[in-house]
Amino acid sequence: MTPRERLVVVGNGMAGIACVEQILKHAARFDITIFGDETHVNYNRIMLSSVLAGEKASDDIVLNGLDWYRRHGIQLRLGVRIVDVDPLGKTVTGADGSVTPYDRLLLATGSSAWMPPIEGIQKDGVFAWRTLDDTRALLERCGPGTRAVVIGGGLLGLEAARGLQVQGCDTTVVHLMSTLMERQLDADGGNYLCGKMEDLGIKVLLGRTTTAILGVDRVEGVALSDDTCLEADLVVVAAGIRPNVDLGRKAGLYVNRGIVVNDHMETSSPDIFAVGECVEHRGVCYGLVAPLFEQAKVLAATITGNKGPVYIGTVEASKLKIMGVDVFSAGDWSGQSAEPVRFEDRALGVYKKLTIRDGRLAGIILVGDTSDSHRYMDWLRSGEDLTPRRRHLLFPPPAADAGLDVAGMPDGATICGCVGVTKGQIIEAIHERGVNTLAQLKDETRASTSCGSCTRLCQDILKAVAPEFAEEGPRVMCGCLPFSQENLRDILRSQRLKSVQDVLDIYGNGLGCEVCKPALSYMLDMLWCGDHDEDRSARFINDRVHANIQKDGTFSVIPRIRGGVTSPDELRRIADVADKYQVPMVKITGSQRIDLLGVKKADLPGVWADLGMPSGQGYAKGLRMVKTCVGTEFCRFGTQDSTAAGIEMERRFENLFTPHKVKMATVGCPRNCAEATVKDVGLVGQEGGWQVVVGGAAGKSVRKADLLLTVETTEAALEASALFFQYYRENANYLERTYDFVERLGIDKIRKDTVYASAPVKAALLDRLNKSKARSYDAWQEGQAPVNRTQFSGISAPEQVVTE
Amino acid sequence: MSGVHMAATEAAVWTAVGVCEDIPAREGRVVHVGGAAIAVFNLGDRFLAVDDRCPHKGGPLSDGIVAGGAVVCPLHAWRINLESGDVERPCAAAPAVRTYTTKVEGGVVHVALTEPRR
Repeated sequence: MTPRERLVVVGNGMAGIACVEQILKHAARFDITIFGDETHVNYNRIMLSSVLAGEKASDDIVLNGLDWYRRHGIQLRLGVRIVDVDPLGKTVTGADGSVTPYDRLLLATGSSAWMPPIEGIQKDGVFAWRTLDDTRALLERCGPGTRAVVIGGGLLGLEAARGLQVQGCDTTVVHLMSTLMERQLDADGGNYLCGKMEDLGIKVLLGRTTTAILGVDRVEGVALSDDTCLEADLVVVAAGIRPNVDLGRKAGLYVNRGIVVNDHMETSSPDIFAVGECVEHRGVCYGLVAPLFEQAKVLAATITGNKGPVYIGTVEASKLKIMGVDVFSAGDWSGQSAEPVRFEDRALGVYKKLTIRDGRLAGIILVGDTSDSHRYMDWLRSGEDLTPRRRHLLFPPPAADAGLDVAGMPDGATICGCVGVTKGQIIEAIHERGVNTLAQLKDETRASTSCGSCTRLCQDILKAVAPEFAEEGPRVMCGCLPFSQENLRDILRSQRLKSVQDVLDIYGNGLGCEVCKPALSYMLDMLWCGDHDEDRSARFINDRVHANIQKDGTFSVIPRIRGGVTSPDELRRIADVADKYQVPMVKITGSQRIDLLGVKKADLPGVWADLGMPSGQGYAKGLRMVKTCVGTEFCRFGTQDSTAAGIEMERRFENLFTPHKVKMATVGCPRNCAEATVKDVGLVGQEGGWQVVVGGAAGKSVRKADLLLTVETTEAALEASALFFQYYRENANYLERTYDFVERLGIDKIRKDTVYASAPVKAALLDRLNKSKARSYDAWQEGQAPVNRTQFSGISAPEQVVTE
Repeated sequence: MSGVHMAATEAAVWTAVGVCEDIPAREGRVVHVGGAAIAVFNLGDRFLAVDDRCPHKGGPLSDGIVAGGAVVCPLHAWRINLESGDVERPCAAAPAVRTYTTKVEGGVVHVALTEPRR
């Protein structure tokens, strides 16, 4: 085995990490060290405009968290700027004096904001806008009443202007040229855009240069070429970017505007590679994100010894990320021999222009409506002959259904231009990797993780293809039943539906699945309190045989031991049962109970009968237990009789179904020995009363319960618990634990609807709970009176019949 | 309910496995015949039979929830097509579950033992 080579990556931005991600897909051959001069892990630089506009927090735009670096054994050095390269000694030197040797060096140094030589540009209050730190600094300085001037009316300048304006700044854009975004838009398109910016409340000054930044130390204003002045508290310079080529020069590489690379992404030195905005490929320096991903794939092949794939340049597309101002531009729309095809509507603010050369699409400009940009981009990339489509270029025949757009796309069509994911790859992920949600799709393919403009399309494909597509946002039950749970509860109530199959037949696909069936079972039971057509086939196996299925198909049996208080007699019976049925494991649970593990299904009725104890519902979505401390009975610190209260609590709430399991606890003093503050419902005893707390958890997540109410008597504490318990039963989604429920609704709302509700509302809640309770029973009684002959057994032939 | 559900092959040995009424609609039950555990399902209009063993971790499919023409394993929610035995979820590449031809005669479910459909 050859020793691993040392790969040093200078630049922890999107380009550098895109390369590393691609390199990791090849056979491992490098020990990787990454230097970043920023102090952040790799984040989505394109989304900085959303951070500035307050739509996203800085944590939301992280692309690779620290665990990603750790998982791949990557050495990450943050906050270290590499200042020198020694191409002969093969080392890089950091600003901190560190010298790091490399076998291969990857320069992904990106670009910097160009600061034009304007008098006073070094003054406090003048910002470039390139990084997360720049964004944070801007956010600190801007706010209502702040006067902001943005120099530059390109993509970046306009996004900055919008962000500042959203933060309350009085914002003006000063642009050198006579129309906005003149590199991406023709004059008409620029005018439409200008109108939209002004509609948002942003002032636009065209055809003017900034001649000086005014002010003593801090910015006070800017002087313009038309001899006017603007007052300003902060200035953002967005006059363009320049590739960071300094290290390339120091390494002796061939550098033009950027570090020159060939189609294999090689520089003029065999051990040094470069990628991203710092490179120049076939005379072009790119400043957008899509080329990074294409370059990264080629570079990864070359650097790992799989040289072959070539990069031939990227058809660039620009998209303005300002909510409500849709602008898209791609290709070459300025050519002389091109034929324009245009549509414009001033009232709608829509301007579309395609330029056609030799029957093929050459350029695209879309302002005000960019919904067709994907179709146009595919024409642009494929170069297909559009002659047969000439009559429908700007307006396709209307789509008959949502699936049509997706159906009309070939598998090779690019959906996510940033990461380079095709329709075929998404479909493969759906089928081969069980992707059903947008979040899963992002995880599996990285599609839609960059600029996010393809989110709708990804969702359309998921909707059309994924068998169990789950919409995020208003969540529907499942593919069988496309309604939210809240919606379904209303439907069941108002339509008086009383059987799972009826609901599926009328509102769903008639089939049902393991998601909707148990949920409907629960809802019907909760709503109709047993006065419904109960369908055991819709229940999970645990709720059919009243025991918890284990990995080997056997079951666990937990008898009810209320408040954790048992007796010698019960313990003897448990021991006898364990012997008689050869129970492989007898375990004290974390809930002050005893678990008999490994019981065969057919033995369940016998086990229950011999135990002579009721079901502890250790398998059910229901009250599991009330854990208690000893309280005043024996404890010298106890202030309340927590044991008695817990036993009574368990009696009141046992044998009822709930949306998810419910664990309760009572403690006799704030020492909290039975951990009541991390239970779904807890009673915390104190001198003179109880605190009733709800929504605690110490499982998958840990959450301290919220205080619902402080009361003086045990009865009042139990009533407050009952109000919450029934409110949770009626309003939580199936499989929603109280800690999610309480967070979703907020404790204030829950208090208003329960303990602070009017007397009739409270009485109605308790009345419904009591009605359910009256109809409930100990499920283990079914051991003696099964609901059908084979509830706890398999089937067998009446007699052996063999025919040829 | 009567009649042969799938065309039996010549060599099929029909074995009675249970009374129809013993399998509630949309539920499954296990039957042990000749050393094999077979899960028999009542889909309302027909009975289907597969090996009672999920290809994932050996879960008892007879204890699963029926979802249309498929069953969802109670252990980790793998979804098995009861007609073909194919794993519908998480991925079709997983090995299929063996299926058995069934017929109902005189209120008794029979499965064809020697000649599996696949």
